[in-house]
Amino acid sequence: MYQYDQTDHTLTRERVTEYRDQVSRRLDGNISEDDFRPLRLKNGLYMQLHAYMLRVGIPYGMMSSDQLRMLAYIGRKYDKGYGHFTTRQNLQYNWPTLEDTPDILENLASVEMNAIQTSGNVNRNVTSDPLAGVAPDELEDPRPYAEIIRQFLTLHPEFSWLPRKFKVAITGAEDDRAAINVHDIGLKLLKNEAGETGFRVLVGGGLGRSPFIGKVIREFLPKDDLIRYIQAILRVYNMEGRRDNMFKARIKILVHELGIEKFASLVEEEFQASEEDVLFLGQAEEDRIKAFFAAPDYADLSDDSPEVIEMSSGNEAFAQWLERNVLAHKQAGYSIVNLSLKPLGGVPGDITSDQMDAVAGLADTFSFGQIRATHRQNLVLADVAKKDLPSLWQELVDLNLATPNLDRISDIICCPGMDYCSLATARSIPIAKRLSERFADLDTLLNIGELRLNISGCINACGHHHVGHIGILGVEKNGEEFYQITLGGSSSEDADIGQIIGPAFSSEDIIDAVEKLVGIYISNREDDERFLDTYRRLGKAVFKEALYDAA
Amino acid sequence: MKMTLRMVTANRLHDGAVVYLAADDDWTRNVESGLAANTEDADKLMTTAEEAVHNQLIVAPYLIDVEVDVQSSRPVRPIRFREQIRAKGPTIFAPAAE
Repeated sequence: MYQYDQTDHTLTRERVTEYRDQVSRRLDGNISEDDFRPLRLKNGLYMQLHAYMLRVGIPYGMMSSDQLRMLAYIGRKYDKGYGHFTTRQNLQYNWPTLEDTPDILENLASVEMNAIQTSGNVNRNVTSDPLAGVAPDELEDPRPYAEIIRQFLTLHPEFSWLPRKFKVAITGAEDDRAAINVHDIGLKLLKNEAGETGFRVLVGGGLGRSPFIGKVIREFLPKDDLIRYIQAILRVYNMEGRRDNMFKARIKILVHELGIEKFASLVEEEFQASEEDVLFLGQAEEDRIKAFFAAPDYADLSDDSPEVIEMSSGNEAFAQWLERNVLAHKQAGYSIVNLSLKPLGGVPGDITSDQMDAVAGLADTFSFGQIRATHRQNLVLADVAKKDLPSLWQELVDLNLATPNLDRISDIICCPGMDYCSLATARSIPIAKRLSERFADLDTLLNIGELRLNISGCINACGHHHVGHIGILGVEKNGEEFYQITLGGSSSEDADIGQIIGPAFSSEDIIDAVEKLVGIYISNREDDERFLDTYRRLGKAVFKEALYDAA
Repeated sequence: MKMTLRMVTANRLHDGAVVYLAADDDWTRNVESGLAANTEDADKLMTTAEEAVHNQLIVAPYLIDVEVDVQSSRPVRPIRFREQIRAKGPTIFAPAAE
């Protein structure tokens, strides 16, 4: 994985020193809260309902075991012994004190981590496919390009005061596991007719109160033009994006209001005008960054593992986990292992410091010392030898990280909601917990299969409800929590924004409503249709009628 | 008998904890120990709170409605659901929370 050079080290350490001084002046009263707020936000520190919240950046979700150990240490020493993985492959602490945050950032810097640009109107963490470099359906590893974009847009003076936050996602695979359709810029590595590799560029996707699927602005962008083209998009956005209304300030609104043709022509104009800029990526720099992401030293192993075959035949729980949470690897004899952070009745994305330490140890033993965070709030050990799967599974079971529910109904994306968040209008975590309990046995009993259920506690949609096959949005009505259901959304290659199915349900009724929807799917599905396929085939009316009829 | 009065809440500057304005310009973690006032006097509470902001004790103070027990004139609980959660902490069990 990428390792800091002198510039990264200097920049990160200087930022800690600067921030320490800012905090000290704030506590002394030499900076007012109004002046301090943008400074703390630039370092990932929010004020939430009960306490400060610190968001730590994890570039494209990649962590070394030492970094994860440091995250565990910080959780134990400065927080309440746990952290929370977010939908942007980052980690949040819910209870840090302001006084401790400079020390936390210094600890992070010691393992090449920081919280720079995890908040504020700047480019945020560049996210990517959590299976980058190991997925069989991948054309090329997207991480070197994610890293190049990270470097280009970190503390970039021209783009430090954008109209609003900005999010880039990149994938190199056929199956879109990075949700590139719902990002400000989405990038997909692909080949053109001449056989050259470049990027399809999407722009103006996003969720929140005005959800949009990204529009293709360039069907094929040569690799060497990547940085200059991103610069052109950001320049047009920086100049033309609205600053008068925070709710209309994202690039998606600009693209929508101008239309993609007009927006594209402005970008093209800017792109041509910057031809003299020294932003040509170039093979040498590309190769230098790519070297950080070279495949680990795989052993020469066979895909047939007697250990796995033996364990599967006698152990149903192992066999189920193997089928659901373990994915094919491009290297013979290896597997990709998903660690579920969605245990029965748990808080999606939460992980204790003890679990983090243990996972770091497992990564060292079984997966070349690396861990990935996924945008669906789980973890991945990407390079596990098949013969080690039985031993790894046993360890994960003991850690409560082996719930066999990847991409199934209890693998819920869930924002912190009103239990933690100052913006929330309703709680989301209790709904996730109750759903996971309700479907604990039903999932297998009914063989529900792939079903992505996402929950947000307000219209800002941090829980990605718009792109859940089933989406749930918590709202407040007359001082009570209600939950609105959307159906048919997806953030994958079949991306779409879910449709509101009808009137919202009370907290009491929402779980039954979801079970009813699943029932409608079960009784109508054909062959191996997923919930989403059945919904799209039958349409909203059939589901709506059945859902509300007998209610 | 219960009635609705107003209180000032904020987050403490140095650690972010939820606090309520109490008697003697003090700040308490406990909503039941806070100072409740009628609407006219609420402005005075806010003036005290602004001083506390100035003195680096708290940030972002605002008024909330609270249910008050008339007999003891003690606050019982905030009216709004959001404020009830702020007063008591997350409603869910966090993995290793206190």
